[in-house]
Amino acid sequence: MLQITDLHATVADKPILKGLSLTINPGEVHAIMGPNGAGKSTLGYTLGGRPGYEVTGGTVTFAGQDLLALEPHERAAAGLFLGFQYPVEIPGVSFLQFLRESLNAQRRARGETELSGGAFLQVAKLRAGLLKMDLDMLKRPVNVGFSGGEKKRAEMVQMGILDPKLAILDETDSGLDIDALRVVGEGINTVMRQPGKAVLLITHYQRLLDYVKPDFVHVLAGGRIVRTGGPDLALELEERGYEAVAA
Amino acid sequence: MSQVAALPTRRDEDFRYADLAALTPLWPVAAEQVRVPGGEAQTMTLILAGGEAVARELVVTLGAGASFDLRVLNANGAYGRVALRAELGEGANFTLGAAQLAAGEQVLEIVTQVVHAAPDAVSRQIVRSVAGGQASVNYLGKVLVAKGASGTDGEQSVRAMLLDRTATANARPELEIHADDVKCAHGCAVGELDANGLFYMAARGIPPETAKRLMLQAFVAEAFAGAAEEEALLEQALAALEAML
Ligand SMILES: Nc1ncnc2c1ncn2[C@@H]1O[C@H](COP(=O)(O)OP(=O)(O)O)[C@@H](O)[C@H]1O
Ligand SMILES: [Mg+2]
Repeated sequence: MLQITDLHATVADKPILKGLSLTINPGEVHAIMGPNGAGKSTLGYTLGGRPGYEVTGGTVTFAGQDLLALEPHERAAAGLFLGFQYPVEIPGVSFLQFLRESLNAQRRARGETELSGGAFLQVAKLRAGLLKMDLDMLKRPVNVGFSGGEKKRAEMVQMGILDPKLAILDETDSGLDIDALRVVGEGINTVMRQPGKAVLLITHYQRLLDYVKPDFVHVLAGGRIVRTGGPDLALELEERGYEAVAA
Repeated sequence: MSQVAALPTRRDEDFRYADLAALTPLWPVAAEQVRVPGGEAQTMTLILAGGEAVARELVVTLGAGASFDLRVLNANGAYGRVALRAELGEGANFTLGAAQLAAGEQVLEIVTQVVHAAPDAVSRQIVRSVAGGQASVNYLGKVLVAKGASGTDGEQSVRAMLLDRTATANARPELEIHADDVKCAHGCAVGELDANGLFYMAARGIPPETAKRLMLQAFVAEAFAGAAEEEALLEQALAALEAML
């Protein structure tokens, strides 16, 4: 589904990703762990096509296409979802309006028919319910006045509505209390643990992985993947720290 | 803003950024009088969306306890100027909500002088301007609090969004206060569309033009919140935005 080969990327002319390779197959959950500043968010943004994140080498194929040749909104329509570490506030635009525009823009791009207002609301209600979020919250402007935890849950509601092929979730667990963590974990499983879908979890901590069991755990340090293992690697990291494990 | 017979020049404060060539054939501009008697409430909607240069001059007098709600959509295809002088009696309430949408080489401007002549009057001015291309959008606004007008509450919230580096916004909120116990706030900001917001929308599949439109729509809507003709104003503003993007 996703094949990253020898990816190099710079931010503000500073090399951050330095030869990163990673293959994710349908049905798999991968976790990327690593110290602060390792380049985890940079990887997510680079795959999402954020302006200012310049690819200087390597290739990325996603669902049979050259991902790097697509505009950011085209990547989303192709089935890529990027859950933000810091979700952005958009004053004056309601979540419902934003999500309906998003979903219908993606559907148009894929040559599918748009959802009517009623049909969209049904999907939104279902997905909000899954994340134990009141639909009324989605009448508010995008992320404005939401707590850190609410923003993260709202990211998962968005993922549920957009129903991507691959979700890259950047520290979705940070800012969540124990109960919210479980709800979010179950939400990810319900939406993404489906045939033909895959997840890349970016996280600092083992705790989300108790709910969303990864098939592979990678350690990112210095802009590359320095170790890959099974779920046990996350436990080892928790116990011994990145430095010992990455060395 | 008294009746000047002679054509103004750049030296006249109120015409500092005006398109004087476009103004010349319109000069002198006749003042339109609006009197809101004590205790009464009036609303007014001005939409400038034609292709010819327009200059309007309003002189509004609010009696004690009167209220006047003025909304302006300035999206004129040529020079568009709305000048306004409002004098507020005791406890009067004045609202100006204005949006200006300028593209190409348009010059659009709003020039206000709000005089708090008596105690306890409230004035709120919200101006939201968008400029692209070589256009300029101007707001020159003075709030004057006369001697003895204690308890005045005057607010000016002025923001402009530039879509291109070649566009210009001039924003000058001013205060002149001759009384004690006065609450006056003014905020003024010129900026560009939030790049983080644009990428966030793109990451959800929204194409750049739609993302811009959504953000600008929300920005402009702030000027029309609570207006009697909010829907109609938003619809016209949207049509004007559509033409700009
Ligand atoms: N906009 C930016 N400008 C300059 N440097 C940046 C920018 N964003 C990130 N970096 C740098 O890139 C490196 C990786 O950051 P990031 O990908 O956010 O790490 P992580 O998510 O693993 O904590 C850090 O050294 C950080 O300082
Ligand atoms: Mg990060």
